This record gives sequence, structure tokens and C-alpha cells, in this order.
Amino acid sequence: MQRAILSKKNYIMFVSAILIAIGFTSALAFKNEAVAVWALAIASVLGAAPIAIQAYQALKVKVVSIDVLVIIAVAGAFIIRNFEESAIVTFLFLFGAYLEQRTLNKTRSAIKELTEMAPESALKQMENGEFEEVDVDEVDVGDIILVKTGMKIPVDGTVLSGEGSINEASITGESLPVSKEKGSQVFAGTILDNGTIQIAADRVGEDTTFGKIIELVEEAQDSKSEAERFIDRFSKYYTPAVLVLGILVGIISRNFELAIIILVLGCPGALVIGVPVSNVAGIGNGARHGVLLKGSEVIGDFSRLDTMVFDKTGTLTAGNPSVAEQEYYGDNIPEALGYLASIENESDHPLAKAILEKIGETTLSTVENTEVVKGGGITATVNGHRIAVGNVAMMEREEVVLSEQAKADIARMERNGNSLVLTSVDRRLKILMGIRDQIRPGVKEELRRLRRLGVKNFVMLSGDNQGTVDAVSQELGLTEAHGNMLPEDKAAYIKKLIEEEGQIVAFVGDGVNDSPSLALAQIGIAMGSGTDVAIETSDVVLMNSNFSRLPHALGLAKATARNMKQNIAIAIGVVLFLLSAVFFSEWMNMSIGMLVHESSILVVILNGMRLLRYKLR
Amino acid sequence: MKTATIQLETLTCPSCVQKIENAIKSLAGVEKESIKVLFNSSKAKFNFDDEKLSVEDVEKAITDLGYEVKRSQVKSK
Repeated sequence: MQRAILSKKNYIMFVSAILIAIGFTSALAFKNEAVAVWALAIASVLGAAPIAIQAYQALKVKVVSIDVLVIIAVAGAFIIRNFEESAIVTFLFLFGAYLEQRTLNKTRSAIKELTEMAPESALKQMENGEFEEVDVDEVDVGDIILVKTGMKIPVDGTVLSGEGSINEASITGESLPVSKEKGSQVFAGTILDNGTIQIAADRVGEDTTFGKIIELVEEAQDSKSEAERFIDRFSKYYTPAVLVLGILVGIISRNFELAIIILVLGCPGALVIGVPVSNVAGIGNGARHGVLLKGSEVIGDFSRLDTMVFDKTGTLTAGNPSVAEQEYYGDNIPEALGYLASIENESDHPLAKAILEKIGETTLSTVENTEVVKGGGITATVNGHRIAVGNVAMMEREEVVLSEQAKADIARMERNGNSLVLTSVDRRLKILMGIRDQIRPGVKEELRRLRRLGVKNFVMLSGDNQGTVDAVSQELGLTEAHGNMLPEDKAAYIKKLIEEEGQIVAFVGDGVNDSPSLALAQIGIAMGSGTDVAIETSDVVLMNSNFSRLPHALGLAKATARNMKQNIAIAIGVVLFLLSAVFFSEWMNMSIGMLVHESSILVVILNGMRLLRYKLR
Repeated sequence: MKTATIQLETLTCPSCVQKIENAIKSLAGVEKESIKVLFNSSKAKFNFDDEKLSVEDVEKAITDLGYEVKRSQVKSK
């Protein structure tokens, strides 16, 4: 019976709306009071039934819920024969709950989309060698699984045979297909775009990378900050307090109507629901954009960020040296480039690769009489020409005369943090190349956006030498940059920033070498390409190591934190407004109170929903 | 000791988390500190002593409150 009534709640709401309409038309249009009274009384009883059941169930487990407040108020209105009020209040309460359910589902949709990507079935090899479709829970480590085109990979595993290309968007956020062959790793939740593969299950269920991501997001959306736990504790006592207040007001003022109005006005709905709604929408938005924010505590800290620390040069640079600048002197340059390539082709010097990459296609000639000059370079004979390749000291040794123009170029390239490689042909300078580890494309713009979002300092702590670090720092305009740093130096530096300077620090790292720093900083940001360590040790995970997600992550955290504050303000503001209106105004009654109260709940949900569409401008 | 995760119908009302939490808390054999009712993911998680009660008992307590139980999962600790 109870369940039957609760499950027909929407139906009851509809009938009660019609009865209310009948009641009001007969009273206002036909002046037929008797019909009006009956219609409204029936509407009240009908509408009150599900609320009464919920109130009873709540009291049974010793909770004074909103339902309890509302049902007492409605019963009170009914007793003093104010059927208009009792009918409208019950209807509004039911209608509000219905709208809340619809809109709340929307705010949770982003995370739902993610969890629904989880694989459900698998083609498992049975004892007789045949493949049979089974539930994904029945797959164990070591099982052999067949995956056909268009199917989801059910487990983390290794390809045993076959080949195909896989869309790994659910793990990395990148939609470009990745080709897999025997021995490749595949991940649960990714989709085989084409091909057929057999895989051995390495990790199943919640142990898979995808399983971990889902678990993390699910936990994050319900994790609570200190402030929220306070609100929770507060609301536990708040509702009973409103009940007591209503009774006290009734006894002191001897005004029964005022007492029941207070019960309705004091409902705490928006306060309880406001923050979780912002939280789930913000985290959901992040999950869609390859940013995992681990809960509202993280969002709070992250939104107040002062300093962002980068763990190494490679986070900001491409990670391999390349020719950044070059100058040519005189004629016959193509020949000179050919000679240079011929010599570098035989060298295993780290810069040789960068030079060869730069020159590209060319004619290689035989190299003779190669002589390596320590700390200088190489001399050799190519096609009968004497070639010297090396630094400035090498050129001096070779008695190459440098023009004023060349000297100026050298000074400029050195200033820009390049390692210089000069090439002379028959003791004449032909080529000057500046080689350095270049800034990743887009990083400059992203740092500018981060700065606009309020990050005050950018610090780089790197294991590279100070020269390289300074060059990168200068080009990007970092606040500070320190080279020659060991992991423990970095941790000490972060500790100093936090403890002595009171800053809120985010540490951006790959999560493997620098876990002490990741843990020390208030916000550890892992640029993990779906690696477990990164996912577990950090507070914010950027999927697929995508630096460009960083501004979005910060912007989103700020927007979410702001959204939570707005919702708290709306909730408290509405209650204060209602309570003061009841004492200082004439027009306040139960129906208006319920209307405002339910609207405030909808407003906080709709406000939270804005976060789903958040995009960094 | 076992750990149970119960997937509930979508929770939407502000006070239902508190109701469900209290309902589970009142059962003997459930570790009180371990009870977590998650509002957004609409799940209840808790540890319990499987010699004192079964997960079905908890499910019944929740259905009696008027909430639908979608599925539950029990794992040994």
C-alpha cells in the first residue's frame, strides 16, 4: 500500500492539480463554495498521503525530515479549515520534488555518460576452445578474449594475435585511433574501430584503468569538504530546530497559523542540495574534457591557487633538442649542408640527430681523415675540402675568420640559450646553427591564460643545467627557475613555499619520479597518460598528459567553487528573506512560502547545471 | 567482515541520505562508522558482519523506507 502510493506520486500530483483548478474556478467563477471546499479538501488529502508516508518512515528511523515539517503544517492548515493553503502547499511540494528529480538527473548526466561506457559483456574462450559471450564479471585474469570490430575491449590486456586500430578516447580523451598488434597493451572501455584481436586478460573489473577512473570520479562527486560536512551536521539539527521554533512561536503568540507557516518557511532544501549539485556538475564537466578533479576539497584549494610549479624542463618543452635558429654565410650552401650531414651521419653526438633532422634530404659523400677535437668538435676531409664542425673555440683553432655579422649572430643565439654548431668549409664559415630544446607549441598561450585566471607565480624546478633552465624561463617569462635540482631539493623547495610563504601550491609532474612533491603540494597535478600511479597519487589528473587541459582545469575549479558559494548564498538568503517576511509583512502565507522555497531549490540546481556547459574563454 | 555496495534508485530528495543512513545504522551487525550513503551516485556502502546479518536484511530495511534497491554487491574484506 505504502509503496503503491509512493510509486503513483506523479499521478497523484496531476489529479491534485486538476482538483485545485476545479476548486478555484468553482469558487471564483461560479461562487459555488461547497464544490470548492470539497475539491480542495480532497486534493489536500490526496497530496498529503505520499508526504505523510515519507514523514512516517523518516520518524521511524529518527530523522526529522522536511516531510515531517510539511505534513504537520498541512495537517494544521486542514484543522483550521484552510483547505486552499493545504491543497496548494501539498501540490507545490510534490511538483517541486518532481522537477528536482528531472533537473538533478541532468546535472549528473555527464558522469553517467562515463560510467555507461563501461563494457558489459565479453567473448571468452571456453574449455572447448570456442568463444562464448559472457558477462564481463565472469572474466578472470589470464582468460583469452576475442574482440571483433566495433566491440568494446572488456578488460586491460595484451594482444595475443591479430591487429586493429583502437579508439582510446574513454581513457585518454584523444579520439585519434591507435594501432595495436601482437604484444600491445589494450585498455578496458576502449573501442576496436577495425580489425579482430585476441587478448589475454591482465586486469579485470575495478582493477582496470577504466575501472579505476570510474571509481575515482564516483568517489569524487560525493566527496565532501570541511564546509560541506559542517552543512550536513548543521542540517541534521536545523530541521528539528525549526520544528521547536514553530511550537514555541505557537505557544508564545497563541497564533496557530503563524506557527505552521514557520514550519513551511524553515525547510532547508536548497542548503542541503546546493553544494553537491555544483560538485557533481563541475566534476562531470571535467570528466568530459579529460580532467579528473578529485572532489570538492581539491576544487576549493585549486581555485585559490597562488603558485604553479613545473617538475622539469620537459613538461614545458618538446623534450628533444632541435635546430631553433640558423644562419648561412656566402654561397655553395647546399654543398656545405651535404658535407655537414655526411659528418654528422657518422656521429653519435646528441646534437647530430637534431642537425640531420633539420637538413633533411641531401647528398652524402665519403668522409675521410676524421679527427675529433675534445671539447671542440670534428675536422674531416669531404670531397677534398677541409671541413670543421664545432663550437666557437673550434673555429678559432681552425683560424676561421668570423665576420662582424657572424659575431653578432653568435652573440644573439647564445643569448637565446642555444648550443652553437658552426661549420667551416676550407676555413670559411658557412653555417651557424643554434640548437636547443624548444618550447612546446601552445605553452606560451596556456601560461598566459593561467595567469589571467589568477596564478601569481610560475616556478620551474628542473634537473637540467641552469643555462637551459634560464633560457626556457626567459622565453616563457617564468617567475623563478632553478636547475640542477634533485627530487628531494624540489620537495624541500615546495615545503618552503607552503610553510614559510603561506602559498597555495600546485605541482605539475608525471607522477612517477616526483611523488614526494606531488604529495606535499596542496594540489598534485599528474600529467598521466592513464598510468595508475599518476591517477592514485595526485589530486588532479590530466588525461593523456595534455598540458592544454590545464587552463580548463583551473578555470573549471574556479567556476565550480564560485558556483558552490552562490548556491549557499541563495539558500541562506531565501530562508532569511522568508523568515523576515513572515514577521514584517502582511502578504506572506504558506503557499507563497512553499513556492519560494521550492523555487530556490530549482534555482540552485539550474545554477549548478550551468557548470556542465562551462568552457574557458 | 564483508563490504557491501548497494545501488539505489536515483536519490533526489535532500533528506533521504540521512534517512537511509539511519536505517542502516539501526541494524545490528553493520559497522556504524563505515556507512557511507552517496547522494550523487545514489549508492550505499558499508561493512558488515555476515554472521549477524545478510545483505538482504539491509536491502529490506531500505525498501521498507520506500526506496528501490537496484542491485547490490558484496565483497570479502
